[in-house]
Amino acid sequence: MKTKLLSVPYLVWMGVFMIVPLLMVAYFALTDDNGTFTLNYITDVGQYANVFVRSVGLSVIATVICLVIAYPIAFLLSGLKQHRSMTIVMIIMLPMWMNFLLRTYAWMSLLGNNGYINHVLGLIGIGPYKLINTSGAVVLGMVYNYLPFMILPLYSVMEKIDPSLYEAAGDLGCNSRQVITKVVFPLSVPGITLGITMVFVPAVSTFIISRMLGGGSNLLIGDLIEMQFLGNAYNPHLGAAISLVLMVIVLLIMTLMNSFDNEEQVLV
Amino acid sequence: MENIISLKDIVVEFDGEKILKEISLDIKDKEFVTLLGPSGCGKTTTLRVIGGFITPKSGEVIFEGENINSLPSHKRSVNTVFQRYALFPHLNVFENIAFGLRIKNVPKAEISKRVGEMLELVNLSGYERRNVARLSGGQQQRVAIARALINRPKVLLLDEPLGALDLKLRKGMQRELRRIQQQLELTFVYVTHDQEEALTMSDTVVVMNGGKISQIGSPTDIYNEPVDAFVADFIGDSNIVDGIMARDCFVEFAGRGIECVDKGFAPNEPVDVVLRPEDIKIVSTDEGQLTGIVKTVVFKGVHYEMIVDGGEYQWIIHSTKHEPVGTQVSMRIEPSDIHIMKKTKEI
Repeated sequence: MKTKLLSVPYLVWMGVFMIVPLLMVAYFALTDDNGTFTLNYITDVGQYANVFVRSVGLSVIATVICLVIAYPIAFLLSGLKQHRSMTIVMIIMLPMWMNFLLRTYAWMSLLGNNGYINHVLGLIGIGPYKLINTSGAVVLGMVYNYLPFMILPLYSVMEKIDPSLYEAAGDLGCNSRQVITKVVFPLSVPGITLGITMVFVPAVSTFIISRMLGGGSNLLIGDLIEMQFLGNAYNPHLGAAISLVLMVIVLLIMTLMNSFDNEEQVLV
Repeated sequence: MENIISLKDIVVEFDGEKILKEISLDIKDKEFVTLLGPSGCGKTTTLRVIGGFITPKSGEVIFEGENINSLPSHKRSVNTVFQRYALFPHLNVFENIAFGLRIKNVPKAEISKRVGEMLELVNLSGYERRNVARLSGGQQQRVAIARALINRPKVLLLDEPLGALDLKLRKGMQRELRRIQQQLELTFVYVTHDQEEALTMSDTVVVMNGGKISQIGSPTDIYNEPVDAFVADFIGDSNIVDGIMARDCFVEFAGRGIECVDKGFAPNEPVDVVLRPEDIKIVSTDEGQLTGIVKTVVFKGVHYEMIVDGGEYQWIIHSTKHEPVGTQVSMRIEPSDIHIMKKTKEI
């Protein structure tokens, strides 16, 4: 009884700030200005299919790149002594203490047509290249901003793996590559799924990164939603409908991944 | 019998600290060898050198006549049972045991056959699909043993494998390990800090202390003829007192001169005198060499353990009969039961 009482503040918080807004989004998406039920806005979302495809595509690419970069880093970190690994984790976290906008803005001045990178390239006689306002720049922005969210869950899972398991695997005939594939990988699957979730979800709904680094040609779902509420195209019903559809897509992808995750653990 | 493993002048250092100080040890084929010592004596390090998890700073590891110093653990024909078992939590019992064979791409039919045999050997038939995390300590232990043995190693290394089990289970597993070792005719190298375990299971006991080997011998030799006070103290209860070797076969301790059988010490050389608790006999006053007052009596099952206060020293005595607390008793020790040891500085 006592423990149930303790959960009351959280339940109230959930109700007021999560459930109610979600219901309101659903209400706006399914009604018109007069408050009558309509599916028009949901069907209207269809015309932005290309934006959805681009958003999901770029986010998947960014998530995969994050995983490829983060996995070896996290593995190396997990093998270090506690105080060393903590220092490096701090360094990895450090950019996150800087304002998100400022970080992304910094990339603008680096990548710009007259930016630092092109300037340096010009000194050695190559370029200038078009770096900013490309989908590559958007992916770069996503990887840069969300990489720590991949490293941390991977590290915290790998750090808990008993190092004697690696020795046991070696003892039973595994070379170092097989130790990774037969022991480290299957045991780090929970970290992989969590990391993917933590990178993919914010990446797919971002609007600042695409706005600042992608120019007009790389519109993402986030930009689309923002335009419906704050921009010229003011239409909260459509905005709510897009949000709802995005949520369903993300939920589907996550369910798919989790089922893969469970299968993985049974199979290996 | 051939030596299957020889260690020659092995030195291991961690952060500049010498963990093993020129260890040399020969292990014969099909022998049950126990490395025994207090924690920090280097016994586990020695085992890890044999297993290939530590490369010694200097010295040679010889396996069947070949130097294997630089051979990584996955290429050595030894397998290890780890202290905390180190079972793979993502695999069930069957897959844990099959692990080594899967790595070697052994055909599936043979894997099931051999896993079945192993499960039978360790009395776990029917547990194939169980999750290893839900097994009891004793069962996990058996899986770890089966997982190591299925690779048919020439030597099995066991690092305090029974440390986490309760007393009764430990006794059972001791017998079982001995049975497995004799049934498969394997060489076992067993690490423990439990002297009783070492004495009951081994063919050869290696007593280690402070990164060095103190004594190598059969359990009987180690118990009856300890080379120094450390070994005597570590193996079983002992009364260790200061003495002076007055002349050959005569030692003075606790204010008395008593006959013994040891020779070859310098006249009046200070020595350690070791008396096993069961060798001190309570006798009538006229036969007695030492006297004291009974302080405590504890019933230990087979015998009583008495602490007798003799003024300068407190004597531990094991006897099947006991005297009431507070009585004055006389004690006698046969000359052959007095063990004289050169003074060591390490105690």
